[in-house]
Amino acid sequence: MIAGPGGNTTVQVGRDGVLVVDPQTTAVSQPILAEIGKLSPAPIRYVINTTLDADHVGGNQAVAGSGQTLAGGNTRAATVYSSGGAPIYAHENVLKRLSGEGGVASGWPTDTYFVDQKDLFINGEPVQLIHAQAAHTDGDTMVVFRRTDVVSAGDVFTPDRYPVIDLQRGGSINGLIAGLNQLLRITVPEFNQQGGTLVVPGHGRLSDEADVADYRDMVTIVRDRIQDLVKRKMTLEQVKAARPTFDYDGIYGAQKGAEFIEQVYRSLAR
Amino acid sequence: MARLHDTARGALLVAMMSAASPTAGQVDLSGHWVKPNHEDHASEASIGDYSGLPINEAARIRADAWNPERWGMPEHQCEPHPVTYAPVGPSNMRILPVIDPQTQDIVAWDVTLHWMEMHRRIWMDGRPHPPAWAPHTWMGFSTGTWEGDVLTVTTTHIKAGWVRRNGLPHSDRAVLREHWVRTGNVLTLISVVNDPIYLTEPLIRTLSWELSPGYQIGSYPCDISVEVDHPEGHVPFNLPGQNPYLSEYAARYGLPLEAVRGGAETTRPEYAEALRRRLAQPGAPRGQ
Repeated sequence: MIAGPGGNTTVQVGRDGVLVVDPQTTAVSQPILAEIGKLSPAPIRYVINTTLDADHVGGNQAVAGSGQTLAGGNTRAATVYSSGGAPIYAHENVLKRLSGEGGVASGWPTDTYFVDQKDLFINGEPVQLIHAQAAHTDGDTMVVFRRTDVVSAGDVFTPDRYPVIDLQRGGSINGLIAGLNQLLRITVPEFNQQGGTLVVPGHGRLSDEADVADYRDMVTIVRDRIQDLVKRKMTLEQVKAARPTFDYDGIYGAQKGAEFIEQVYRSLAR
Repeated sequence: MARLHDTARGALLVAMMSAASPTAGQVDLSGHWVKPNHEDHASEASIGDYSGLPINEAARIRADAWNPERWGMPEHQCEPHPVTYAPVGPSNMRILPVIDPQTQDIVAWDVTLHWMEMHRRIWMDGRPHPPAWAPHTWMGFSTGTWEGDVLTVTTTHIKAGWVRRNGLPHSDRAVLREHWVRTGNVLTLISVVNDPIYLTEPLIRTLSWELSPGYQIGSYPCDISVEVDHPEGHVPFNLPGQNPYLSEYAARYGLPLEAVRGGAETTRPEYAEALRRRLAQPGAPRGQ
């Protein structure tokens, strides 16, 4: 895991080359490439995006562009030597939304999937791309490294801040909670609810199942509190005044707490 | 020549003795230590008892929402007590030095706690604490220094946990400062928890153990199993105003509810005296 100002990047190295999950922002591409270079001299072969925010996809062009596609036969010359870049994997909603929002096409995903799960086998281990439906957005992917027992959770799990429910991009509070429960199904603690499967969050410290459970509990409790207030016909302002995040604001931030309340309220109203 | 030789040999002997003996002020903490459990033990699990703890309103609200059914959930049932609380619980322990084979220095102390067989290491070699993004654990990351005969330990990177096992939380930013003092066959801990999120003042506790040669810490495996078939994602908690048990503790001991709601003022002797005076007045509220 490379922790940076744009969040966390996961790097897998091995005989096939280098796989990079979420190369962060454009601004930190060169330092990220320098850190990757310290881990392995092999070429970058794959880039995977867990979501479509600029702090996850911004570095795609530079990082993927410095890599190489694995290919053979008639395609080899065209891919390895001509296009010169590693493929960028993401859920197809990432590509749909990035292309729908305009902008320059460079750095967009080149390989997308639309099913619940896409399987790869890279560097001696299965790598699974699992779609977390309508969570932070509708294009979130959790990347599971099965042999090394690591999950890149993206912005479904951000233990240093409240989650962001991007309603404009298909996110929802219930989808986010479902994503966290999905993550808990994948993780296995080693001993006394500690260690075992390591979880790389979109933002925040390296975590394990206990940290995910603690966060899932918080998100569920806040959702249920707001749902209860909505059932009592409270307006958004009344819900905010009831301070349903007050006991967690010290950890995750009061200002973001107010934004989270609004996102949950509007998500439940849909 | 012979006298010179003896002088040199004497100097060498002195040098060897000072090298072999512990650094000034170090005390041997090795051994099995058993806790007499005579301190702060009776009320530790009562729902709604926050008395004597310097908590803030956010901690109070979280504890009010807490539901003990949490301990039955598969993702929580094998959680041990965090290092901030573990000594308060059943915590007979084994302490062993970790010796550098080259220098024979004690580079760390290994502490194994009986309940849940938790292990912690207190580094004595001056290494720095990990960066902020490093994983947090139940026992945290500990470094120690000798201050005279007192071992002072600083622990960071502790998982979000609790200061009492009735839902009173501490955050993952809590820092534990410990002072270990051996007096003969008694080991005393002065534990100081600082948490900028849920405590308004440091939480200070003292606890003691007795040396118990021959005591053996047993294995304590925890096997996660589904005990009650809830829907996936079930999180037991109480909505605001809906915890029916919050006043039970106060009622049982005939105390006004405010006296058990915690806060820094309830930690001070003068609070007990003021409470006594108030309760002595006619019509004073009790056990609301």
